[in-house]
Amino acid sequence: MFWQVIWFILWGVLWAVYFMLDGFDLGLGTLMPFLSKEDTERRILYNAMGPFWDGNEVWLITAGGATFAAFPKTYAVMFSSLYSPLLLILFALILRGVAFEYRSKLEGDGWKKIWDCCLFIGSFLPALLFGVAFANIFEGIPFDKAGMYHGNILKLLNPYGLVGGIFFLLIFMMHGSLWLRFKTEGELSEKAKSIANKLWVLVLVFALIFLIYSKFATKLWDNYFNHPFLFILPLIAVVSLILVKVYLSKDEKFKPWLFSALTIFFATYWGVAGLFPDLFPSSIDPSASLTIYNSSSTKLTLIIMTVVALIFVPVVIGYQFWAYKKFSHVVTKEDLEY
Amino acid sequence: MSVTLLSRLQFAIATYFHFLFVPLTLGLVWLLAIYETKYVKTGDEDYKKLAKFWGKIFLINFAIGIVTGITLEFQFGTNWAKYSEYVGDVFGSLLAIEATAAFFLESTFVAVWLFGWEKLSKKAHLVSIWLVVLASNLSGLWILIANAWMQHPVGYVIKNGRAEMSNFAAVVFNPIAWLKFLHTIPASMTLAGFFVMGFSGYHILKKNNVELFKKAFRIAATFTLIAALIVVIVGHEHAAEVSKVQPTKLAAMESLWNTQKSAPMYLFLWPDAKNEKNSFEILPIPGALSFLAYQSFSAEVKGLKAFPKEDRPPVLPTFLSFRLMVGLGFLFILLAFIAFLKRDKIEEYPKFLKILLYVIPLPYLAIELGWTLAEVGRQPWIVYGLMKVKNAVSPTITSSQVLVSVIAFTVVYTLLGIAAFYLIIKTAKEGPKN
Ligand code: HDD
Ligand code: HEM
Ligand code: HEM
Repeated sequence: MFWQVIWFILWGVLWAVYFMLDGFDLGLGTLMPFLSKEDTERRILYNAMGPFWDGNEVWLITAGGATFAAFPKTYAVMFSSLYSPLLLILFALILRGVAFEYRSKLEGDGWKKIWDCCLFIGSFLPALLFGVAFANIFEGIPFDKAGMYHGNILKLLNPYGLVGGIFFLLIFMMHGSLWLRFKTEGELSEKAKSIANKLWVLVLVFALIFLIYSKFATKLWDNYFNHPFLFILPLIAVVSLILVKVYLSKDEKFKPWLFSALTIFFATYWGVAGLFPDLFPSSIDPSASLTIYNSSSTKLTLIIMTVVALIFVPVVIGYQFWAYKKFSHVVTKEDLEY
Repeated sequence: MSVTLLSRLQFAIATYFHFLFVPLTLGLVWLLAIYETKYVKTGDEDYKKLAKFWGKIFLINFAIGIVTGITLEFQFGTNWAKYSEYVGDVFGSLLAIEATAAFFLESTFVAVWLFGWEKLSKKAHLVSIWLVVLASNLSGLWILIANAWMQHPVGYVIKNGRAEMSNFAAVVFNPIAWLKFLHTIPASMTLAGFFVMGFSGYHILKKNNVELFKKAFRIAATFTLIAALIVVIVGHEHAAEVSKVQPTKLAAMESLWNTQKSAPMYLFLWPDAKNEKNSFEILPIPGALSFLAYQSFSAEVKGLKAFPKEDRPPVLPTFLSFRLMVGLGFLFILLAFIAFLKRDKIEEYPKFLKILLYVIPLPYLAIELGWTLAEVGRQPWIVYGLMKVKNAVSPTITSSQVLVSVIAFTVVYTLLGIAAFYLIIKTAKEGPKN
C-alpha cells in the first residue's frame, strides 16, 4: 500500500517535471516559424535550447521507465492501446532531436529549411498530443479486462481531448516565449515578450475552460471534494499563472518563466492527483481500470526503485541545476554552437 | 503477416539501427577523453584540436543514438505488452535505473562539454568528458544486464502468473551480463579505433595536417590493439558460458546435430537444416568443441536433435554470424598489431593506410553479427526457457497498425541514416578547421 502510493506520487512528479522542463523547448520549437525568418536569429533560438533539450527529454524516458518498473501492467496496456498516437509522438521527437544537431552542419537554405520544418513538427505534435493523451486518460480509455482497446485515433480527438491538447500547446508556447524573453536580448527578446503577453490571455481562457469542462467530462474533481486540502494544487497553479502576468508587466526576465514552470508542474499534478488511485481508468468497464494496486510491481522491486530514486534523483537535480545556471547567460551572435 | 512477425521485424529494424550508431559513441568517447587528457597534461594544442575534431563527429553520431533509443524504450510496451506484464517486475526496473543513473548524466555532460569550451576551466571541462565516459558505459551496462536477463533469467520466482524479483543482486551480477559488457565495450572501442585510424590515415595520405593526424594515429593504434585482444579473450569466455546456459544456441552456432562425446570443431561446414545434418564437414579439430564448452576434450555436447524442433533457433544465421564474427576478430587483431608496430612511421606505409580506410565497415559488421548471434540464437524464446516470443506480443494491436509503423520506421530511419553517414564521412574527410 505504502510503496504503491509513494510510487504514484513519484510517477506524477516525473511527468510533471517532464512537462515543466521540456515544455519550453516544445513551445519554442512550435513558435519558431512565427518568431523569425532570419538565419542568425533562428540560430540564436536553437542555441537558447541547445544545452538543455536532451537533459529535459530524459525526464520523459525516466517517466516511461518508471511506469514500466513500478506499474508494469499499466505500462503494457497504456502503451499498446495508445500505439499509434504514441509512435507519432516518438517519430516527432526523433525529428526534433536530430534537427538540433544537424541544422548547421551544412550550408544551404534548403537543408536548413528541412530541419526547421522538422523542429516545428517535432515540437508542435508532441505538445498537442501529450495534451490530448492526458485528457483522454483523465476521461477514461475504452479498454476491457483483457487489455483490449476498443477505440481509435479519431476517438481520441473528442472535444475534451482537443481542449486538453490545445491547453498544453498554448501553455507550452507561452512557456517557450518566456524562456526566449530571458535568454536573449534586443528585438528578439521584445518580440518574445509581446507574444507571451498575448498567449497568457489565451492560456488563462483555456485553463478555465479545461478546469470547468473536467467537472463534466471526468471524475477528477471527486478526489478534491473528498479531500479538500488537495485544492492547494490547482490553487498554486492558478496563482502562479497570475504571477506570470504580474512579473511580465514589471518587466522581470526570469521570474515569469519560473512561475510558468510552476503553473505547468501544478496543473499536471492537479490532474494526476485527481486520478488517484487510478493510473489508467477504463471508460467502458470500471472494474478493468488499472490502479496503483492492481497493476504494481512487488514490494521488493518498489523498495529497490525507491532506494535508487533516493540516491540518484537528488544528484540529478543537483547537476542539472548547476548546468542550467552555468548556461543561463544571454545567448548572442558570439556564442553559437548550432 | 502476423502481428508477431511484424513486431519482430520492427524491433530488429529499430535495434540494429540504434546499434549502428551506439558503438561509435561508446568507443570514441574514450578517445576524446584520452586526447583531451593529453592536452590538459602537456598543453599541446594539437590534442585539443583532435578532441574538438573527433568531437564533432561524435556529436553527429550521438544524436542518432539518442533519438533512436527512445523508441526502443517504449517499444516493449507498444509491441510486447504481454512480455512487459510478465517480466516488468524484474526487467522494468533495469530500464528505469539506466535512465536515472546514466542517461541524465550523459545528456547533461555532453551538452556541458560541447557548450563549455569557453565557459569552464580546463580541468572542469576535462572532468565533463570523463563523466560522459562513465555515463555511456553505465548505460551500456544496465541495458546489457536487462538483455542478459532475457538470455539467462536469474534472481526471480514465478508467482501471480508473472516473473517476480527475488534477488536483485543475482540479476545485477548475472555472469552473462558482465561478459556481454566486457565484450561489447571493447568491441565498440575496436570499432572507434579503426574509425580513427582509418580517417587519420586518409589525412596523412593527403598530406593534410600530417603531424596532427600522426598523433591521433599513434594513440588509436595502441588503443585498438588492446581492445581487439580483449574482445577475443572475453568472447571465448562468453562462448563457454553460453554453452552452460543456452545449449540450443551453442548447438546452433556450431551446427552440431548429434549429441556426442569429444565433439570436434570443423574449420569448414555448411548446415542443412531441412535434413538435420551438415552438407559437408571438413578439417575437424578433434575434441575442440568439447574443450571450448567444458574445458575437457572428452565432454559430451548436446546436439540440436536433442531438442524438440520448435525449440531450436534458426541454424544458418546463428552459425554464420558466429563464424564470421570470430574470423573478423582475428583479422582485427592482425591489423591492429601491424598498425601498432608501424605507428611511429606510419606515413611510410601508404598501402596499409589505404587498407585501414577500407576496413572501417568491418567492425560495424562484426558487431551487428554479434547481436544476430545473440538474439536469433535465443529464438524461439523471448526469455530463455520462460516465455516464447509468440506469447509475448501485445494482444490489442493489429497487423495493419504495425505494418504502417514498420514502413514509417523504414522510411524515417533510411533518410536519417543517409543524412548521418553523409555528415559523418564529410566531416571526417574535411579535417579540422584552422
Ligand atoms: C551497450 C550499449 C547499448 C545497448 C545494448 C543499447 N543501448 Fe541504448 N544507448 C546506449 C547504449 C546502448 C548509449 C551509448 O549509452 C546511448 C547512445 C546515445 C546516448 O545518449 O546513450 C543510448 C541511447 C539510448 C536512449 C536515449 C538516451 C538519451 O536521450 O540520452 C534510450 C532511451 C536507449 N538508448 C534505450 C535502449 C534500449 C531500450 C535498448 C535495448 C534494446 C538499447 N538502448 C540498447
Ligand atoms: C542493441 C543491440 C541489439 C540488436 C542489434 C538486437 C537485435 C535483435 C534482433 C535481430 C531481434 C529479432 C530476432 C528475431 O526475431 O529473430 C531482436 C529481438 C528482440 N530483442 Fe534484441 N537486439 C539488441 C539488443 C537488445 C537488448 C539490449 C534487449 C533488451 C534489453 C533486446 C531485447 C529484444 C526483444 C524484446 C526482442 C523481441 C522479441 C524477439 O524477437 O526475441 N535486444 N533483437
Ligand atoms: C574470437 C572472437 C570472438 C568470439 C569467440 C566471440 C564470442 C561471442 C559470443 C559467444 C557471443 C554471444 C553471446 C550471447 O549470445 O549471449 C558474442 C556476441 C557478440 N559479439 Fe562476439 N566474439 C568474438 C569477436 C567479436 C568481435 C570482433 C566483435 C566486434 C568488434 C564482437 C561483437 C559482439 C557483439 C556486439 C555481441 C552481442 C553482445 C553480446 O552478446 O555480448 N565479437 N560474441
